[in-house]
Amino acid sequence: MLKRGNVHPVLATVLKRLGLGLFTWLMVSVIIFASITMLPGDFTEAVLGQAATKETIVAFRKELGLDQPAIVRYGEWLLGVAQGDFGTSFSGRAASGQDRSRLVMDLVAPRLQNTLFLAGITAIIAVPLALFLGLTTALYRNSLYDRIVNAVALTTISMPEFFLAYILILLLASLWPILPSLANVNTEMALPERLIRIALPAMSLTLVIIAHMMRMTRAAVINLLALPYVEMARLKGATRTAVIMKHVLPNAWAPIATVIAFNLAYLVVGVVVVEVVFVYPGIGQLMVDAVTSRDIPVVQACALIFAVTYILLNLIADIIGIITNPRLLHPR
Amino acid sequence: MTTNSTSDTRQKNDLLLEMRDVRIEGFSSGRWHPIIKGIDLTLKSGEVLGLIGESGAGKSTLGLAAMGFARPGCKIVGGSIVFDGQDLAQLPESAKRHLWGTRITYVAQSAAAAFNPAHRLIEQTIEATVRAQISTSTEARKDAVALYRSLQLPEADTIGNRYPHQVSGGQLQRIMTAMAMAPRPDLIIFDEPTTALDVTTQVEVLAAMREIVASCDTAAIYITHDLAVVAQMANRIKVLRYGEEVEEADTPIMLSAPKQDYTKSLWSVRALQKPERDSMDVLLEIDHVDAAYGETPVLFDVSIVVPRGKTVAVVGESGAGKSTTARVITGWLPQSRGEVRFKGVSLPNALKSRSVQQLRQIQMIYQMADTAMNPRQTVEEIIGRPLEFYLGLKGAARERRVIELLHMIELNENFADRLPSELSGGQKQRVCIARALAAEPELIICDEVTSSLDQIVQEGILRLLMCLQEEFGITYLFITHDIATVRAIADEIVVMFQGRVIEQGTKSAVLNPPYPEYTQRLLSSVPEMDPSWLDRLLAERSRDAA
Repeated sequence: MLKRGNVHPVLATVLKRLGLGLFTWLMVSVIIFASITMLPGDFTEAVLGQAATKETIVAFRKELGLDQPAIVRYGEWLLGVAQGDFGTSFSGRAASGQDRSRLVMDLVAPRLQNTLFLAGITAIIAVPLALFLGLTTALYRNSLYDRIVNAVALTTISMPEFFLAYILILLLASLWPILPSLANVNTEMALPERLIRIALPAMSLTLVIIAHMMRMTRAAVINLLALPYVEMARLKGATRTAVIMKHVLPNAWAPIATVIAFNLAYLVVGVVVVEVVFVYPGIGQLMVDAVTSRDIPVVQACALIFAVTYILLNLIADIIGIITNPRLLHPR
Repeated sequence: MTTNSTSDTRQKNDLLLEMRDVRIEGFSSGRWHPIIKGIDLTLKSGEVLGLIGESGAGKSTLGLAAMGFARPGCKIVGGSIVFDGQDLAQLPESAKRHLWGTRITYVAQSAAAAFNPAHRLIEQTIEATVRAQISTSTEARKDAVALYRSLQLPEADTIGNRYPHQVSGGQLQRIMTAMAMAPRPDLIIFDEPTTALDVTTQVEVLAAMREIVASCDTAAIYITHDLAVVAQMANRIKVLRYGEEVEEADTPIMLSAPKQDYTKSLWSVRALQKPERDSMDVLLEIDHVDAAYGETPVLFDVSIVVPRGKTVAVVGESGAGKSTTARVITGWLPQSRGEVRFKGVSLPNALKSRSVQQLRQIQMIYQMADTAMNPRQTVEEIIGRPLEFYLGLKGAARERRVIELLHMIELNENFADRLPSELSGGQKQRVCIARALAAEPELIICDEVTSSLDQIVQEGILRLLMCLQEEFGITYLFITHDIATVRAIADEIVVMFQGRVIEQGTKSAVLNPPYPEYTQRLLSSVPEMDPSWLDRLLAERSRDAA
């Protein structure tokens, strides 16, 4: 594949996207840092209260490094991250009595694990289900089945996610109490127990994301059905299923993968409302709490994770788009 | 090939397909309209029937109906389609599927669109054969390579491993023929298989298709709007118009003595002739121009002289640089070397640096009238825009002029309020001509303006262009790959090949011997009405090659 010493176009694109991703992430971190710095009030006042003396505040600020100019603090933080050090949380520092402060990593890691667990389980259910529904509605388009599936999907996507969550709690935890309404998992729990605990949040999220993916699959497939090569496939005697699976789907992956990536990213970064409803200890809640208390190191770490999630998932979608397109994979 | 015993037992001259009183309806603007109005068609084993007519005559619909297939939005509402004892009009699709791709196969008009971009060519070639278990995958591959070879495809052993975008249009069309041939069907439907090809490529594809159909003794329905092509391929010709049969006869009889006026009129473009005129007054001069798309050079040292008030035809196959030359003249593609002079004054290379007057003097008409017009604008807006932009006409004056222009293109004023979607193909092209005329240009560049039109509509457009030239002394630079058109309207001819000008001269000089080698090849590739033309040509070429 290496022609005339050139890098294969797929690899070149991946490298280019990675570089762009890194740049995007830097921009995001600057924006987050700047916006938190510009927020009125600061961490010391929030923790020590209005009654604190000037000396305590100055001492506390010094301990946190807040006496330094913003640009220096940003630079030091960036340097730390480059070496794998995300810093120490502002909470529970010595100036507030005794030193109970924790490393940002220790705070974020278990929460991220929980989030990825919930996102992973949801994805395992939602993605195949969405693809199946999208393909079958395209295959039997304008049938009663198609209309019902579309109507239900549109209904669930049109409702706020907390509302869906409460309906599920009402039905499955209150009226017919078969599932727990609280999803307060911890690391000691066995897997089956954890799965039962997250059943309701996973269901709510599935309902939220399935419509997008299903409708994009359906639209992408239907778009291609009118093309001459699809007619040709039929005239070569292929069954409806064979036409869709062999001749349509391979050409439809690019848009479908993009929407799936977008929804998976949402599962990691955008589910704080569902976490709150089910009291689920995910990373969304952690970030919201950290923003409230101006805990800059934690906010920055979360923002970094969110940015990386988006960038990586979109990169994967791009790569899928390239490898399913022979024009790009096998240039003339 | 291992199986298909049916065709071994069937005798030549057995009736293979019998369509009786076939009626097909299509759904448009909210109701069902008849498309095919009761046509009978019979085909014997090993026989080739040509279906001919202008677009909208229902040729493709009838061809697909011979497979028992109706496109979405169409339905077979009456009649019988008996193929080898089974009535396809009554059979459910699941049963017809067993015939499709194995006993009846289909060759589509645009091979580039009919191949799935996601799969290798050989996979698509053997798909139906392997699925129907006519042969194993290994045998089918071997057979496919043999077919590729007999269709004279280059690198027959490996070409199948490529993807559709990696081979040329003419090669794709031959691979599609191989695909249709792979299961050794009893019947092949060829749906305008060479319409999208250059004349030089067309000859090779025609020869390959005819050879393989004859050697396998396959019956075929050959659909085309080109009489000369069908004359080479078919034993019998059926002429269709408005979904009805006009007449049917054996090929030699049909060519020499057509009975119906309509059939005679299909010949008419070839009868169009224009006396050649001489003029010394130079309007446009392209002087040693080189041009490139990015890094890829496409024009090399192109020099063309366009005399005032005459028609200069630029001919050559696709990729010869004809349209690129037009882009250089209009300033769309600034040349990297050389000069374009209009009335002796050098034109700035780039479009942006040309004055409104310079822009007004050169107008263009495009091949696809469809895409050259804003679908949301009425005819009046389309024609009125250049009137306002170049000539500053407004209000009632503009309206009056639009109506005058409509009369010039032989349409009445009722057309002013129509949208492009409410016009026929020929009418659309007329509106584009009116739009070019509105600027009162001295030079109009016509880029394949009749290529996507039927013979009869083509003739009308060409006559109109000639009339306008007569009346207003407009100069045309006429880009085309159709030699019949060139014979009809050109005063001078420029032959281009691979980005270079091979020769320029008066029509009589270029179209008569002695020819440079490429011109000879191009001219001899133009199909003639004589049914023995292809045989003669192939014989001549193999003699020359030997």
